[in-house]
Amino acid sequence: MSTILGIPVAVILGQLTLGLVNGSFYALLSLGLAVIFGLMGVVNFAHGAFYTLGAFAALLGLQYLGINYWVALLAAPLAVGLLGVLVERLLLRHLYGLDPLYGLLLTFGLALIVEGSLHQVFGASGQSYPVPESLAGVLNLHFMFLPLYRAWVILASVVVCFSTWFVIERTRLGATLRAATENAPLLQAFGVNVPLLVAATYGGGVALAALAGVLASPVVLVNSHMGTELVIVVFAVVVIGGMGSILGAIVSGLVLGVVEGFTKVLYPEASNIVVFVIMALVLILRPAGLFGRE
Amino acid sequence: MRAAIVLYVLLALLAVSLPWLGLYPVFLMKLLCFAMFACAYNLLLGFGRMLSFGHAAFFGFAAYVTSWLVTAHGAGPATAVLCGMAVAALLGAVIGGLAIRRRGIYFAMITLALGQLVYFVCLEAPFTGGENGLQGVPRGTLFGLLPLRSDRVMYYLVLAVFVAVFLFIRRVVHSPFGHVLRAIRENEARAISLGYDINRYKLLAFVLSAALSGLAGSLNSLVLGFATLSDVQQSTSGEVILMTLLGGTGTFFGPVVGAALVITLQEYLSDVVGGWVTAIIGVIFVACVLSFRRGIVGELEALRLRRTHRGAAGPAEPA
Amino acid sequence: MTLSRWTIALGAATLMAASPHAARAADSVVIGDIDDMSGVYADVEGAAGAEVINMAIADFGGTVLGRKITVLTADHQNKPDIGASKFREWADQQGLNLLLGGSNTGVNIAMAKVAAAKKVPFIVIGAGGASLTNEDCTAYSVHYVYDTTALANGTATAMVNAGNKTWFYLTADYAFGTQLQNAASKVVETRGGKNLGAVRVPLGAADFSSFLLQAQASGAQVLGLANAGTDFSNSLKAANEFGVTRTMKPAALLAFITDIHSLGLKTAQGLYLTTAWYWDLNDETRAFAKRFFAKVNRQPTMDQAGVYSAVLTYLKAVKAAGTTDSDKVMAQLKKDKINDMFTQGGYIRADGAMIHDMYVMQVKTPQESKYPWDYYRVVRKMSGAEAFGPITGLCPLAPK
Repeated sequence: MSTILGIPVAVILGQLTLGLVNGSFYALLSLGLAVIFGLMGVVNFAHGAFYTLGAFAALLGLQYLGINYWVALLAAPLAVGLLGVLVERLLLRHLYGLDPLYGLLLTFGLALIVEGSLHQVFGASGQSYPVPESLAGVLNLHFMFLPLYRAWVILASVVVCFSTWFVIERTRLGATLRAATENAPLLQAFGVNVPLLVAATYGGGVALAALAGVLASPVVLVNSHMGTELVIVVFAVVVIGGMGSILGAIVSGLVLGVVEGFTKVLYPEASNIVVFVIMALVLILRPAGLFGRE
Repeated sequence: MRAAIVLYVLLALLAVSLPWLGLYPVFLMKLLCFAMFACAYNLLLGFGRMLSFGHAAFFGFAAYVTSWLVTAHGAGPATAVLCGMAVAALLGAVIGGLAIRRRGIYFAMITLALGQLVYFVCLEAPFTGGENGLQGVPRGTLFGLLPLRSDRVMYYLVLAVFVAVFLFIRRVVHSPFGHVLRAIRENEARAISLGYDINRYKLLAFVLSAALSGLAGSLNSLVLGFATLSDVQQSTSGEVILMTLLGGTGTFFGPVVGAALVITLQEYLSDVVGGWVTAIIGVIFVACVLSFRRGIVGELEALRLRRTHRGAAGPAEPA
Repeated sequence: MTLSRWTIALGAATLMAASPHAARAADSVVIGDIDDMSGVYADVEGAAGAEVINMAIADFGGTVLGRKITVLTADHQNKPDIGASKFREWADQQGLNLLLGGSNTGVNIAMAKVAAAKKVPFIVIGAGGASLTNEDCTAYSVHYVYDTTALANGTATAMVNAGNKTWFYLTADYAFGTQLQNAASKVVETRGGKNLGAVRVPLGAADFSSFLLQAQASGAQVLGLANAGTDFSNSLKAANEFGVTRTMKPAALLAFITDIHSLGLKTAQGLYLTTAWYWDLNDETRAFAKRFFAKVNRQPTMDQAGVYSAVLTYLKAVKAAGTTDSDKVMAQLKKDKINDMFTQGGYIRADGAMIHDMYVMQVKTPQESKYPWDYYRVVRKMSGAEAFGPITGLCPLAPK
């Protein structure tokens, strides 16, 4: 067995691959956060809760409505996205004139409501969601056996992330969105329904979180707390990438997942905190974030 | 003025007699510790307009330091608590130093992430006992003279410390330092143009808040006899924000009322509605943010001012 | 910032309204149960376990020494501070006479300290850590159903004897996991095997993949699962998913019948495990299981059977001692012999351990299983002395 620094290469590659899977989730979630923040200036603390809701939508959809995984991939984000639009219209809208901290606090409260309710109804221990038949195999990569499903996660996340980036940075719709961030009243004067755009953006960002949730259901146990700790890491990822930058969010997410995997091999105790340490370093050396524009 | 003094005296009498009226001293002490924590937090949020999302780090880490000093090194309660405070202040300097580089939302997110970092350090560090926490922490003897084992004796000690902290915060807010802090809160650009080094003021406020939060945490660990991961968890940071917001940021009694309400709700609501407590607290939080931003005490103050026609508008909206 | 009258009045009113009731009059005997009701270990004892307490009280006659019996339950959510605080509050405010400790060794260690401080008899049912009768022993604790020493002596011995000599552990990162790993390691080494290493996993981890990779890289023959509850079933499932079980044999160091049920015989067949009680052992156990099944629609775990026995044993001791005074009851408990559907010839040792027979089982193949819940085949019966080992001398109450 060949080794680097005394650690077998197979182990390193294995952890890096798993890190890439985690990174895919980070990328998807930070993308949603970055989109919402970029357009609305709202830090969506409830992002983790919507991720959890996406997973539960898939689980409950299967248990009660017989909805299979592939349908859930579309249906859950749609349903949660609609919920997001409702939240924006009924709750968030009232806070726009005020200090942005209130938006943060409101979404924080929402997260409490969602997670508390889920915990009460479903208990704290998770329920398992079966891997869809078509993805149930295992890839023999020689350095490890990678379940086919996890390879799918990486593929799906990368495709969704870069499609979203493309839409925002390279299409007309994206240009409209970006114009709204720069000067909403002017855009409205041009006849664009800005409030609708804002509501749709929040719904879209939240739908991305729900999509990540559906992707995650066969991998982790679906439980009420799956979003909580994850979202704090994702916040750190977004700070590292630069708050308003879409590309920054995606790239940082993937890279940091891999870095975490690497840390698990070299110094496992630090794997939980490596992202936060990197965030601290970035703040000292480059406060706007790696891709930030401020 | 006389009315205020009479009320103060009544309140003091009430506080002193509570254990004898059949109230559970341990519950009261927990309440006082969290009230201290909320007051310390309010110094930062209400008077400095800095929303920290990771304040449990100071509360909890000081609790661990104190518990560890008492159990592993046989330190006396006073020494252990003071050390806990000092460590919290140091931690505050480090975290504050990093967070103050950014403002508003970024500040909040940085404190969130760094608070989580402290949580994970506490999870892994050998001295904290990981998931088990530090248990069986004895209260010891204060200055070698006063044994603290009795819940009633400990209650009076905690009450005394609480009153001291409360008066100290009042003093700080009314001091020149406090005035500058509030000036920075109202209009940062103006304060800079007047020549104040705002970062120094903000950092000092942060460290002060962290130290007093640490004091609350250290005392809490002695009251309950343990320090666990719950003390440094994100949910505890959220709780103190709720207490301060609910009670009224920028007021003195607000955090106390908020803490009393939240702790009482958690204790007794959970008997009635079980695990729905978290969701209900979330609903209260959302309601507060949407339409009750001044908090209970803030709204009462505004009401009182309007009734006495002493001002066209209520007090300036805090934060 | 002027003071508002209303604020003070409000504050005072809140505090008064918050007043917990004064200590309940000591006319009823209060039995408390603090357990994991909603988390990783909820199925092992949980709410169904609380049902069992009522069954035991009814079977005893409903009253003891002419006094009513009240039952209190609480969910510790796997947090030591919640467990300890609740115990203390019940002892101070509700006149608690007996506390039953549910799963999670860390929480039970915290509660043991409260038991000693408040002098309340404390019978640990669900937690496994042997330290509860060693470094963490108290004059008021009893460890009733099983402990990590017995588990290791049963399962690890059986596996090493079958030729599985090199071990790598996946350990739940708290008191229970650590103690279980240590106990198993000792057995492995004593019997000529080798311990190649361990990886520590947070309690209730959602994803075991990276930990399993490390285990696989060690090249050990055995994957020692030093965890329990849903942690156990999920880590085993993940081990299958990642092909780890192609090269390593899993060792179920603690498994309950509910885990085997959720895994299914196809996945779980062939596993060795150690248990204090099995529903299908004899007519008495089957009779109890039938009553339990009628209420809960599952067969009882050894913990749930243990709750039943512990409550009966306590009530018998109170009756024999003629009082609920803690010291007298503890003395009586350590004198009595325990003969009921849970065990025959059990007794409580000076360090608090309840010494009784343990069974090493192997999970049946799907073909061998003839009816629902027919999961275990008895490999051998261990006497209490063999299972729990001699007094270690680490508990000051039971010197060597």
